[in-house]
Amino acid sequence: MTDPQPRRSLMAKLVIAIPYGWLVAFFLLPFLIVLKISLSQTAIAQPPYTPVFELAAGWHGLRDFFAGLSLDNYAFLGTDPLYVLSYMKSLEIAAFSTLLLLVIGYPIAYAITRTPRRTQAFLVLAVVLPFWTSFLIRIYAWMNILQHDGPLNQLLLTLGIVREPPVWLATDTAVYIGMVYSYLPFMVLPLYATLEKLDESLLEAAADLGCPRWKTFWLVTLPLSAPGVLAGALLCFIPIVGEFVIPDLLGGSHTSMIGQTVWNEFFANKDWPTAAAVAVVLVCLLVTPIVVFQHQAMRGSERGS
Amino acid sequence: MRKASPFNLATLGLGLAFLYLPIVVLVVYSFNASRLVAVWGGWSLRWYGELAGDAALLESAFISLRIALVAAAAATVLGTLAAVALVRFGRFRGRLPFAAMIYAPLVMPEVITGLSMLLLFVAVSIDRGFWTVVIAHTTMAMCFVAVIVQSRLVDFDTSLEEAAMDLGASPLQTFLAVTLPLILPAVAASFMLAFALSLDDLVIASFTTGPGATTLPIRIYSQVRLGVSPEMNAVCSIMVAVVGVAVVVASLLTKLGAARGTPARI
Repeated sequence: MTDPQPRRSLMAKLVIAIPYGWLVAFFLLPFLIVLKISLSQTAIAQPPYTPVFELAAGWHGLRDFFAGLSLDNYAFLGTDPLYVLSYMKSLEIAAFSTLLLLVIGYPIAYAITRTPRRTQAFLVLAVVLPFWTSFLIRIYAWMNILQHDGPLNQLLLTLGIVREPPVWLATDTAVYIGMVYSYLPFMVLPLYATLEKLDESLLEAAADLGCPRWKTFWLVTLPLSAPGVLAGALLCFIPIVGEFVIPDLLGGSHTSMIGQTVWNEFFANKDWPTAAAVAVVLVCLLVTPIVVFQHQAMRGSERGS
Repeated sequence: MRKASPFNLATLGLGLAFLYLPIVVLVVYSFNASRLVAVWGGWSLRWYGELAGDAALLESAFISLRIALVAAAAATVLGTLAAVALVRFGRFRGRLPFAAMIYAPLVMPEVITGLSMLLLFVAVSIDRGFWTVVIAHTTMAMCFVAVIVQSRLVDFDTSLEEAAMDLGASPLQTFLAVTLPLILPAVAASFMLAFALSLDDLVIASFTTGPGATTLPIRIYSQVRLGVSPEMNAVCSIMVAVVGVAVVVASLLTKLGAARGTPARI
């Protein structure tokens, strides 16, 4: 850095240091520990892994510690198809859910911008409100609706659309319904934020020049809303890959998503090193989308929006 | 002039119906006197009455509320400090990793956050329970607070602060007398949101909790796994009501802030 740092008072330093220290201690450090444990061996002990880092053992302990680390857990992940299938399943469900969310969320965000200003604020609140009730409750609400003798099947039977009540729960369809339902606000909000800033005169110019409405949408509106599409897609895709509650309560037992695999390795199998390795690989898979998201978010905050 | 076409109105109608009907169905069924889903036994408060006698559930609700209060308060203080550091202190050393640590938890899968927190607590051999959940929730929620308060600070007219400093106020006096009152609606709103986040969290709490600190979502989850029950409908309806009120209050506070001259952005 060439420009001299302005001198800061002790208090200013504290304002930076307190949240900084907190995040280092409770966000960064835990990740380093996960990384370390993913390189350890399972052990029947408390904590259930080895080697354990002993400060008291000094230099000797440090050397033993590094000698005890290995990549075995990662090799194990590659050999057992359970994990590979689980990662594939997660990526597949996340990609398809994000696409569904885009197709459903875009028309909603677009429609909100077509209403009067006062109504827009109300509609945005209406879209966000369900987000603040917990995932658990919203997924439970769908368990209610989708169960065998639940309201959906009753409705379908009464209307004569089906003769036999179809099975909804424990299927991928139910998982997709849950994903779209839970993540819709994450898609609609960024799309709305970009579409709302769209310069109306561009659309008028296109109309004046005789461009049909669908073509204006395709050539003007859609390209200009690309940042919103990207932000929405990232905000949905990243958490969906690691989703646990939705596939656990609505999905079937034949294939687990990766969030369930971490959970089961940890709680059911008590295999902490494998759970840590699964988590590290998941972070590696998500590192590109997360970096793109951060870049977008920081640029957004510096622009002042 | 912007105008909503019939297609736009239909989209909005269907979209809102999709978002709200499941919750409406849940609440309506919580008043069903019959235990069977397929049978409507008339309106009744029976399941709410049974909840009142469920001591374990009430205790969990109380624990969740206490955790949410403490975590939301801590997250609001830490998040506001972080926002001030990011917006007011320009380019200090290590700003980039700091900003990265603010944004990463927003999208990090909860399973990973929970697992990494737990492994930290095990590594430093802290007994898990009330306070470990508080720490985990504080860390997650402070990032949301930082982003919300930051967006308010960015819109802020800095000449007001400069005027106060020119008139001899110290930075602390300026912050307390000028900055804080103006960003207070955003701070209050983010407190509410942090509270709701903590109250709702299942995954992170499951990893970081210990004996004697079973939160409400953990208890609900263990029952919901077994299937739909009218008691659960009633619990969930109450939680929907609590969160609904909190969010409406928060958004009114944000509006109040907007009316004072700075546009509200969340």
